[in-house]
Amino acid sequence: MVISEKQDEICEPNQDQMIQKLVFPEGILLESGKKIVPLEIAYQTYGQLSEAQDNAILICHALTGDQYVADVHPVTKKPGWWSKMVGPGLPIDTNKYFVICTNVLGSCMGTTGPRSIREDIPQPRCWGSDFPAITIKDMVNTQKILVDFFKIKRLFAVIGGSMGGMQALQWAVSYPEQVYSVIPIATSSFHSAQNIAFNEVGRQAIFSDPDWRDGEYWRYGVTPYRGLAVARMMAHITYLSEDALNRKFGRKLQESIKASSLPIFGEMFQVESYLHYQGSNFVRRFDANSYVTITRAMDWFDLSQTHDGDLVNAFAHVQSRFCVISLSSDWLFPTSRSRVIVQALNRVGARVSFVEITTDKGHDAFLLEEPDLDLTIQGFLAGIEEQRRLENHAS
Amino acid sequence: MRLDQRCIVDMIKPHSKVLDIGCGDGSLIDYLCRDHQCDARGIELDMSYVTQSVGKGLPVIQGNADYDLQHYPTNGFDYVVLSRTLQAVNHPKEVLQQMLRIGRHAIVSFPNFGHWTLRAQLLLKGRMPMTTVWGKYWYETPNIHPCTMTDFVHLCEVEGHRIERWMAIDEQGERAPWRRYVRLANFFGEQALFLLTR
Repeated sequence: MVISEKQDEICEPNQDQMIQKLVFPEGILLESGKKIVPLEIAYQTYGQLSEAQDNAILICHALTGDQYVADVHPVTKKPGWWSKMVGPGLPIDTNKYFVICTNVLGSCMGTTGPRSIREDIPQPRCWGSDFPAITIKDMVNTQKILVDFFKIKRLFAVIGGSMGGMQALQWAVSYPEQVYSVIPIATSSFHSAQNIAFNEVGRQAIFSDPDWRDGEYWRYGVTPYRGLAVARMMAHITYLSEDALNRKFGRKLQESIKASSLPIFGEMFQVESYLHYQGSNFVRRFDANSYVTITRAMDWFDLSQTHDGDLVNAFAHVQSRFCVISLSSDWLFPTSRSRVIVQALNRVGARVSFVEITTDKGHDAFLLEEPDLDLTIQGFLAGIEEQRRLENHAS
Repeated sequence: MRLDQRCIVDMIKPHSKVLDIGCGDGSLIDYLCRDHQCDARGIELDMSYVTQSVGKGLPVIQGNADYDLQHYPTNGFDYVVLSRTLQAVNHPKEVLQQMLRIGRHAIVSFPNFGHWTLRAQLLLKGRMPMTTVWGKYWYETPNIHPCTMTDFVHLCEVEGHRIERWMAIDEQGERAPWRRYVRLANFFGEQALFLLTR
């Protein structure tokens, strides 16, 4: 694996100045009781907020996503991660809806995280590994600060895949009156032992990199590139299905490899170089402390935890309409996990739709071209919009 | 909406909460929501139907009548509808029990296996009947628990379900003239429709 780029200034990267963000001097009180002061929230918006402030959709990104949902990413220069879904005339139509996406708390694209400057100490410096442990609820509370800032009383929808789906569920549980509808995609109400195990391997890969330096790498002008890349490579496998990998690469060899030679070192199969490419791309835009912080937040996630271990209790006061979506070949958050959510919602009599999208592309399919996913989201949004009209008409 | 579904709509009071089990393309709940001021939801086994329904904005979940009804709250609905599906479930008795636990009323329709043409086919040819409804060979049909109207009345008696209304419906979904005697309806009715309460 070749990683050519080397950043000299790791704390507060240069691209920071072009990131749109708001500073909240009062900060945020975390679930752990710790405070982060001040709090910066980086975000992107698309479309116009209606006069009645009733057309706002909050999109929650996944572990390594960011607020660049539908426009070119400032670092990678690639199109936004959901530019197929969000935009004028697309399923989440920005001609109709005001779409907000915030960079999650603890991440590294402008919202306060381990790479931000810590200002609550005599000599401000990078938070680094001093950044406190956070939870999915802390991420949601951060988003709520921004939503309240926009004076949006009720979000029309909260939509998210994977970790974004966890945030969407948390929104419905924590702020039932503030969420009209929720679309959790390819997600789970808790992180299983297997999910935690995969994350732990990723973290250990980072920790075992000599450049990790107990999380203080930023002091030395280095980053644990290799560890972070290995973490990403391993995680990336869990985002794909066996069929998708087979279709894309099968057992194809690298062009330089002769059938007669059998190298032990270096790349042999095409799938290897693909993973290396994924790993090296990732480290250019992501911070190792952020990766550790956010994977921990995911591992800690269990909606039932603060409700006597019963998901039904967690959902007892939800008011939102739900559209739970799973992906048939997703083995990271399989359909059975979505069914657990649907069954618990049924028990409390919540209004819920549930679709399993047939796809062989694995967990990542929600980011890819999936006509049925588009149809489902578009149709569900149109349906609840009509219901809201009928309700308003009736009342 | 199928014609037989109109007879179902006639049994449902407006502004009710309805669960439609085996809701197919969702046309019944679509009608109930839009034109009958109901809060109607559906369960459907076939994922392509589910995707189609949710894509139309209907609150439908993919699920199975045999396994997923247990997750619904007691008295959660005013009506629970099972149309043309009873004969295809694994545990018809348990499904009926669940329906009347979840809902105050249950509306059940099924193809009547007691219709004279079916009886005639079995009697004269000695083969499993084939009609437009029973249009598949015995080894291909999803209908594993066919019953007659008389059979159904018997089950309701055994289970203590009260029959509030019943009717026979012909193949086109029009209400058939056999209104007085179940035995006669059982002979001439192609479809059966029952409204039950606990």
